[in-house]
Amino acid sequence: MGDANTVSTENPCIDVDKIRADFPVLSKEIGGKPLIYLDNGATTQKPWQVINRVSQFDSEEYGTVRRGSYRLCENSTRLYEEARQKVADFLGAPTCHEIVFTSGTTQAINLVAHSFGRKFVNTGDEVIISNIEHHANTVPWQVLCEEKGATLKVIPVADNGELIMEEYDKLLTDKTRIVAVNHVSNALGTINPIKEITRKAHAAGAKVLIDGAQSTPHMKVDVKNIDCDFYTFSGHKMYAPSGIGGMFGKMEVMEAMPPYVTGGDMIMQVTLEKTTYAKPPARFEAGTPPISQVIGLGAAIDYINGIGMDKIFEYEKSLLDYGTRLLSDIDGLRIIGNAKEKAALLSIYLESAHPHDIITMLDQDGIALRGGHHCAQPTMIRFGVPATARASMAFYNKYEELDALAESLKKIIKFFS
Amino acid sequence: MSYDNELYQQVILDHNRKPRNFHEMENATHSCHGINPLCGDDITVYLKVDEDEGVVEDVSFTGSGCAISKASTSLMTHHLKGKKIDECRVVFNEFHKMVLGEFDPEKQDHHLGKLTLFQGIREYPSRTKCASLAWHTLVGALDKKTEGISTE
Repeated sequence: MGDANTVSTENPCIDVDKIRADFPVLSKEIGGKPLIYLDNGATTQKPWQVINRVSQFDSEEYGTVRRGSYRLCENSTRLYEEARQKVADFLGAPTCHEIVFTSGTTQAINLVAHSFGRKFVNTGDEVIISNIEHHANTVPWQVLCEEKGATLKVIPVADNGELIMEEYDKLLTDKTRIVAVNHVSNALGTINPIKEITRKAHAAGAKVLIDGAQSTPHMKVDVKNIDCDFYTFSGHKMYAPSGIGGMFGKMEVMEAMPPYVTGGDMIMQVTLEKTTYAKPPARFEAGTPPISQVIGLGAAIDYINGIGMDKIFEYEKSLLDYGTRLLSDIDGLRIIGNAKEKAALLSIYLESAHPHDIITMLDQDGIALRGGHHCAQPTMIRFGVPATARASMAFYNKYEELDALAESLKKIIKFFS
Repeated sequence: MSYDNELYQQVILDHNRKPRNFHEMENATHSCHGINPLCGDDITVYLKVDEDEGVVEDVSFTGSGCAISKASTSLMTHHLKGKKIDECRVVFNEFHKMVLGEFDPEKQDHHLGKLTLFQGIREYPSRTKCASLAWHTLVGALDKKTEGISTE
């Protein structure tokens, strides 16, 4: 981790202006002020490369997938499966058959909670999550445990936003069936030690789901190295269209799982008496999928690869260090979450102003931040704040935009004091 | 649609910092509790009503929340003191429609006085509830709603 006081804004490792030209919305104005988009943790903007690829596919190549033997359909099926291979390569999955497309992280976690959970979690069993999960990785497990008479255990978090691993060790028992934690916390930015979490869970005989919604856009992921059983992601948080995402699932684990949603395409054979199911991933992809969105996801991965994930991580880290230093100098401002390993996200709390007032006032300066509990209410409760204002960065953000954020926040503090 | 209207004006900031009529009322004839889950705004409005005359003799409130909700409640109490119940309901209707963008006090006759300050909130539909919570709670108090008010 670099020293925040020695952040160099000279010669960034990527050409930000060139990248910004790829994102049409970034040159727009809001109320006569240039848009400063710092809500990338909620959703990311789309580059021309994605917009044009989807548009071209829809206007020239669109056809259904896996349902026809005419050439339009054969071609769109090929493109669709190529995108699956791109996702597999992007996540470091051994084979593309271990990639399931879903509408995003929320649906992927629900898939595992319903399918794996229904079969393998029973009365008296235990599920472990952490205190810094978003609701998508909390509620499905709460519902499952309630239905099954299982116990939901929670890894506590230290004041700096890091999980307390000694406590995690104590929570694991021979009754633990699955551990579900995020790679990066959406509310605090903490990068969790998921390899260690996975190793320990496996030693206790439990499976592991890693929620990668906040990590896949910002850092290299290698599911083979992590050795997790499931790894979920959302396309719209990584420059792809909304409505598409998915997960990696180990083949031997998914093969033992029953279907989640049923219908066409997930079957082997259907008679009115009995249906046999297709192998994964088709087993978990009932119905016509969001085809154009999958093509867009493939284009987004190509775009990210074109910049290079190592460079993205390095540049965003410099944005984080720069922003942390700027905001730390402001009186009356607290940054919630100061983990040693942290993604480019700043959760801001002002003593003098309510987060929603901050957001509306920042908006009047053209600055877009998320305010609220970030769908992570248990995290907010743990840190004793009702809500925060969250600046979440991407590789198209500039140091100058963080300067503008700091100036605007100072103005707000002055206004309210 | 213009974005550049100044929503956070001096008056709103002033009422946020020093809310008027900000206290519990001992011999209130009506009261109601209102919450806005979005911002966590949580207020209680107290009224002293002269039933014979149909006049709101006194209004006060307690609670916490964002600047918009606090200032809106403070300005409401100030505006309604001494008004007839019927008049209060007229102002409620105008205010409610104004924050939803369905009533323009610049073009129509109104009884809103300084409350037109909140017109800018119509640009932020997710936050109109912050401004209208006080008013819904007021009507809840007048209607003797014992279960309280939630904007969700």
